Amino acid sequence: MNGEEQKVRTTYREAVREGIREALKKDERVFLMGEDVGHYGGCYATSKGFLQEFGPERIRDTPMSELAFTGAGIGAAMGGMRPIVEIMTVNFSLLALDQILNNAATLLHMSGGLFNVPLVIRMATGAGRQLAAQHAHSLEGWYAHIPGIRVLAPATCEDARGMLWTALEDPDPVLIFENQTLYPMEGELSVSAGAVDIEHARVQREGRDVSIITYSASLYKALAAAETLAAEGVSAEVIDLRTLRPLDDATILASVARTHRALIVDEGWRSGSLAAEISARIMEQAFYELDAPVERVCSAEVPMPYARHMEQAALPQAETIVAAVKRMVHANG
Amino acid sequence: MGEFCMPSLGADMEAGTLVEWMVKPGDRVRRGDIIATVETQKGLFEVENYENGVVQELLVQAGTEVPVGTVLARLSSEGMAPPAAPSVPGPAVAVAVPAATEPAVKPAPEVPPLPPVSAPKRVPISPSARKLAAELGVELGAIRGGGPHGAIERADVERAAQEKKAAVQAPGPPAAEKPHPVDYQSGMRQAIAAAMSRSNREIPHYYLETTIDMSAALRFLEGENLKRSIKDRILPAVLLLKAVARALAQTPELNGFWIDNRHQVQESVNLGFAISLRQGGLIAPAIHNVDLLSLDELMAATRDLITRTRSGHLRSSEMTDATITVTNLGDLGVDTVYGVIYPPQVALVGFGRISERPWAENGMLGVRRVVTATLSADHRATDGHRGSLFLEALNRHLQNPEQL
Repeated sequence: MNGEEQKVRTTYREAVREGIREALKKDERVFLMGEDVGHYGGCYATSKGFLQEFGPERIRDTPMSELAFTGAGIGAAMGGMRPIVEIMTVNFSLLALDQILNNAATLLHMSGGLFNVPLVIRMATGAGRQLAAQHAHSLEGWYAHIPGIRVLAPATCEDARGMLWTALEDPDPVLIFENQTLYPMEGELSVSAGAVDIEHARVQREGRDVSIITYSASLYKALAAAETLAAEGVSAEVIDLRTLRPLDDATILASVARTHRALIVDEGWRSGSLAAEISARIMEQAFYELDAPVERVCSAEVPMPYARHMEQAALPQAETIVAAVKRMVHANG
Repeated sequence: MGEFCMPSLGADMEAGTLVEWMVKPGDRVRRGDIIATVETQKGLFEVENYENGVVQELLVQAGTEVPVGTVLARLSSEGMAPPAAPSVPGPAVAVAVPAATEPAVKPAPEVPPLPPVSAPKRVPISPSARKLAAELGVELGAIRGGGPHGAIERADVERAAQEKKAAVQAPGPPAAEKPHPVDYQSGMRQAIAAAMSRSNREIPHYYLETTIDMSAALRFLEGENLKRSIKDRILPAVLLLKAVARALAQTPELNGFWIDNRHQVQESVNLGFAISLRQGGLIAPAIHNVDLLSLDELMAATRDLITRTRSGHLRSSEMTDATITVTNLGDLGVDTVYGVIYPPQVALVGFGRISERPWAENGMLGVRRVVTATLSADHRATDGHRGSLFLEALNRHLQNPEQL
């Protein structure tokens, strides 16, 4: 990288699309498969025009059978291809859970190390668009429970653009969760943007008083909260986890060692959540750094309401993050 | 929940170094168990525990010097429910610190001679703040918690550390300068100097003296010792100790403390027995309940105490429980001792050497073995009349040695 990076304005949706296009161009073994990815151009328009550009061999519309086409993806991956399977939303991925958990995640082990499954599954996740209780889950924390797969949650245009290629190079299954509220988000991307690392969390904003640990769409709520807090004299560090499995403990613990307080913001339900796992790791490995109990801001433990004001009330918000941080740093604030 | 604190092993002790833990977390301890050794300016002491319970947490590492009253360990009491949510610790938490400069409260032996930490309560403190306090050398008891339920947080520790720093930089009384007892001799000297200066400054002494005919007592002793093997023989000093204890029964006012402008008479007679150390200096550990011991028991106790004092195995209770001190300089040929009272005690009995002197009695002149007994007493607590009664009783008991 040298000197002035030329930047272009883009959207998260466009960044995802460019990432897929680059992969299709770079590697002939790569193909895209899923519901409405071809003629319709993708439920979230992330493959618009691809059918014309790459043809039906590589842009394949599938029946509404997640179990079947995820299984087909696993078979293709074992056979030497580099499939990108798109599941419309995480809610529907439950129909493919058997293939993901019992096959994709275990075949390397069950074959005694003979068969890798170099499969990438992309899916939309999250609430906030009034899709009600059956289409608004955040179940990435569930998947992060499973050994044998890697779980990614790109929050920025850069990661939306660059994580896919690195994931395809991983010899084992990788799940990429794209929060559906992020697709229209605008951002800047270097013209030379490309593959990014999928190992490390990133400190998105440095601070002294508290570490706000989050991922995906909640990152922006945390950053907004940090801005509000800064005006009140509270310096919040914000960490984007990026990779939910395996977790980058080192970055989290180093941050807690600086700030001595940790707040985890997770759009999943609180009980048994990824936030709970992170909290436990901080207790286990950084107990003596803590100046206050670890706190969590998660989604209310209810089926997601349809009504907009109720849906917003059920989700983590910048205001609830600010309130939690103020409670934790009361002595300074 | 109980706290085990750095004990005050004497009025002159401001701080002690925890040398070794004899217990570890999870150990069950009983009243009277030795749970640590502590080094003070006066030497190495074995410190006893005063509560049955289970060691929960050791808060001070071996090798650390801490002020008297610092919580060293937490014990959970058996059969006691854990306390409810701790109330906000007010200034009461600070009690541990002034204990170093105030006269140490010397309770009766039945009461733990621990600093006056009233209700044992756990001060909530964040793990990070605890670590920081250790790094900065700030006593937890001196920190006022600003967190929820009075919890101590890092900011509170940092504030306390700054205040401490400011206090150190401010010109304070020279007494605050505490030389590290690297030079054992000089440490001991410092300690004696502090205690004796305080005694002379605060205690209005009066002195009484009488010469006691020791013929009957020594005759009795010689007869008794014929019945004993050489190693079990009773020394004249033991007879004197016993006589002092018996005489105190008649004048209990001399047996006790003067604390906070109050005269506190003690029931148990624990004689502080002044023992000089080979390397110099002096310690007066207590022999407990001398009035209840037989002469043989007292001899054994005295021998044991001298041995342990010189080998550095005294117990904390022996350092705190003395209710009066007896000093015997007879071995060195001194006739009369005018002692300086060891605060907060209110009296000191001195004996010179036993020597033959011309003695007139009933119009006849003879040669008798006699000893000069002196009483140094605190005029705030007693008057000369009381003191005279004591010496008279002492004489009477020594004339009837078979009843001792």
